[in-house]
Amino acid sequence: MDYLTILQVLDSTVRLATPLLLACLAGLFSERAGIFDIGLEGKMLAAAFFSAAVAYLTGSVWNGLLAGIAASLALSAVHGLASITFRGNQLISGVAINFLAAGMTVLIAQDWFSQGGRTPSLMGGARFEPITLPGAEAMAGVPLIGPLYHDLISGHSILVYVAFLMVPLTWFVLFQTRFGLRLRAVGENPAAVDTAGVSVIGMRFAAVAICGVLCGIAGAYLATGLQAGFVKDMTAGRGYIALAALIFAKWRPWYALSACLLFGLLQAVALRYQNIDLGAFVIPVQVMDALPYILTVVILAGFVGKAIPPRAGGAPYVKER
Amino acid sequence: MDKMPHWVDIVVIPLISLLLAAILSALVIIGIGEDPVAAAKLMIDGALMRSAGWGYTLYYATNFMFTGLAVAVAFHARLFNIGGEGQAMIGGLGVAVACLYIPWPNWGIALIGATVSAAIFGALWALIPAYLQAKRGSHIVITTIMFNFIASAVLNYLLVNVMRPQGAMDPATARFPETTHLPTFQDMFATAEMPLFRGAPANVTFFIAVAACVLVWLLIWRTRLGYEIRAFGFSESAAKYAGIRPVRITVITMLISGGLAGLMAINTTMGETERLILNATEGAGFIGIAVALMGRSHPFGVFLAAILFGFLYQGGAELALWTNIPRELIVVIQALVILFTGALDNMVRMPLERYFVRRRKGEA
Repeated sequence: MDYLTILQVLDSTVRLATPLLLACLAGLFSERAGIFDIGLEGKMLAAAFFSAAVAYLTGSVWNGLLAGIAASLALSAVHGLASITFRGNQLISGVAINFLAAGMTVLIAQDWFSQGGRTPSLMGGARFEPITLPGAEAMAGVPLIGPLYHDLISGHSILVYVAFLMVPLTWFVLFQTRFGLRLRAVGENPAAVDTAGVSVIGMRFAAVAICGVLCGIAGAYLATGLQAGFVKDMTAGRGYIALAALIFAKWRPWYALSACLLFGLLQAVALRYQNIDLGAFVIPVQVMDALPYILTVVILAGFVGKAIPPRAGGAPYVKER
Repeated sequence: MDKMPHWVDIVVIPLISLLLAAILSALVIIGIGEDPVAAAKLMIDGALMRSAGWGYTLYYATNFMFTGLAVAVAFHARLFNIGGEGQAMIGGLGVAVACLYIPWPNWGIALIGATVSAAIFGALWALIPAYLQAKRGSHIVITTIMFNFIASAVLNYLLVNVMRPQGAMDPATARFPETTHLPTFQDMFATAEMPLFRGAPANVTFFIAVAACVLVWLLIWRTRLGYEIRAFGFSESAAKYAGIRPVRITVITMLISGGLAGLMAINTTMGETERLILNATEGAGFIGIAVALMGRSHPFGVFLAAILFGFLYQGGAELALWTNIPRELIVVIQALVILFTGALDNMVRMPLERYFVRRRKGEA
């Protein structure tokens, strides 16, 4: 494997890690506030469809992005209504949202475009184009660092950079602001937050809304950045991998970045090599596919460090009377 | 504490939830420019008005009974087994192993063997999540989701690299031998004058599913173990105080649940395709969630809900065939049912509770 091949694999790692990272941070906000969200997959899927559809119809990818975020927010509202207002089971609500998105996207896609549940291919301004960072062309000739900067760091669409910037931003919001402190407190001990005069319901809705926005960006990136258009079930379990990454990261932003990069790398390797021949034995591609899930189970089992979720996670808050 | 009558809880609330789901589904159909009344009529015609339609409806219902019972049993111990899909996939592996590698003299004995094998394989696939939940506190919802994906990778690997016959292109096992083929409803009920259930896949497994409903009812309400499962689900601390061991109950409940999900594979793999294919489960494991929620985790409720979903599934196929409405409509209906009977249960329940409490106070 030469340097350029490694760069290519890392490059697709970055692309594939981006939706995982956005969805993972989305889940981080929600779960830190005590709302489990297994509906990441569904929200991404809905956002992917509406962003691609609106981008195609209006010719502007920015409109698409807004539509994707709006669709994801709408599902977030359902999740909030079910799990915060009506104190329903958050897991069941998430399952329902996943199916709702899986069904509705195909139904609407068929109604609008009649192409078997997909949108037409996006072109030109309806997609997020790669951005060439300043100096990338000039530096391309410099050995080692040149190709690294030109091929790996430069040349992604804007949402990739947004996703990576979201990591420090998430860290800052959660750990350096009053809002973040309250949000985390709501996930650990909502009664205490309530006593302090802060609305638990309000904080939780805010967290769920942030989760919706981030999932919306993730879905929009899938359909308008990573690929050119929506196809049925295009999230392909990414929401669940993001969930796995979130546990792997023990609900922390910087760890989330490394977990998503790791899982992105696994996807990139599986995509490029299929079966990996190590001479003595062959690693089948299915192992790479299953590895994120297996690693997560191992982490959950507590054999390699213990993953402790936010204490009030999954429990609806009932105000004392 | 003031409570509403029991019949409201088990009859009225599910019916209102179902009605809400139906109204929203109708709005969805209107939204995509089709006529909901015509669609409903087409679904009923296709699924219930011909014996072949019933043959399909009951075939799907058989799957959903198994997966619905699987989810329901776990619900009684307050465990959410979302891994029915993976357990059913691995159950399919159990069926394939039993059918391919053991020479059975006739289908009756083969059915018993495959049933045992499917249940064991499915149960074993639920064992690790169960153990991790009981011993290490790993959340069973997350582990069972992960195990769904792992199951699909395992199955993919085995079908592509190990069990695929030489020279075959598609990832599937060889056909099962003739002696393991199960009699279909057509074989059992059709006569020369009355060609019933022509070409429909419903088969003898349906009766196993019905028997499973009865057995689960006996287990939950008529045995010591069932009592322990319910007590554990009702209050873990109280159960512990009464000498019920949480680890034991969690593991046993999940083994039963996984076994039931695994049994679904007899219907699809042994009864219908007669070889193991990649996507044999077709999401039935997840529909089990909707079925269990609708059926209020009661075997009889699961039975009815499974038939309802069997009807929706077959009706949905008819719609996809004759109109511009894709099959995914069923996924939407399924989502709405899960949403209203599961997550938004309190939305229906709270106003009703208020109404009945007020009425009772008025009487007193």
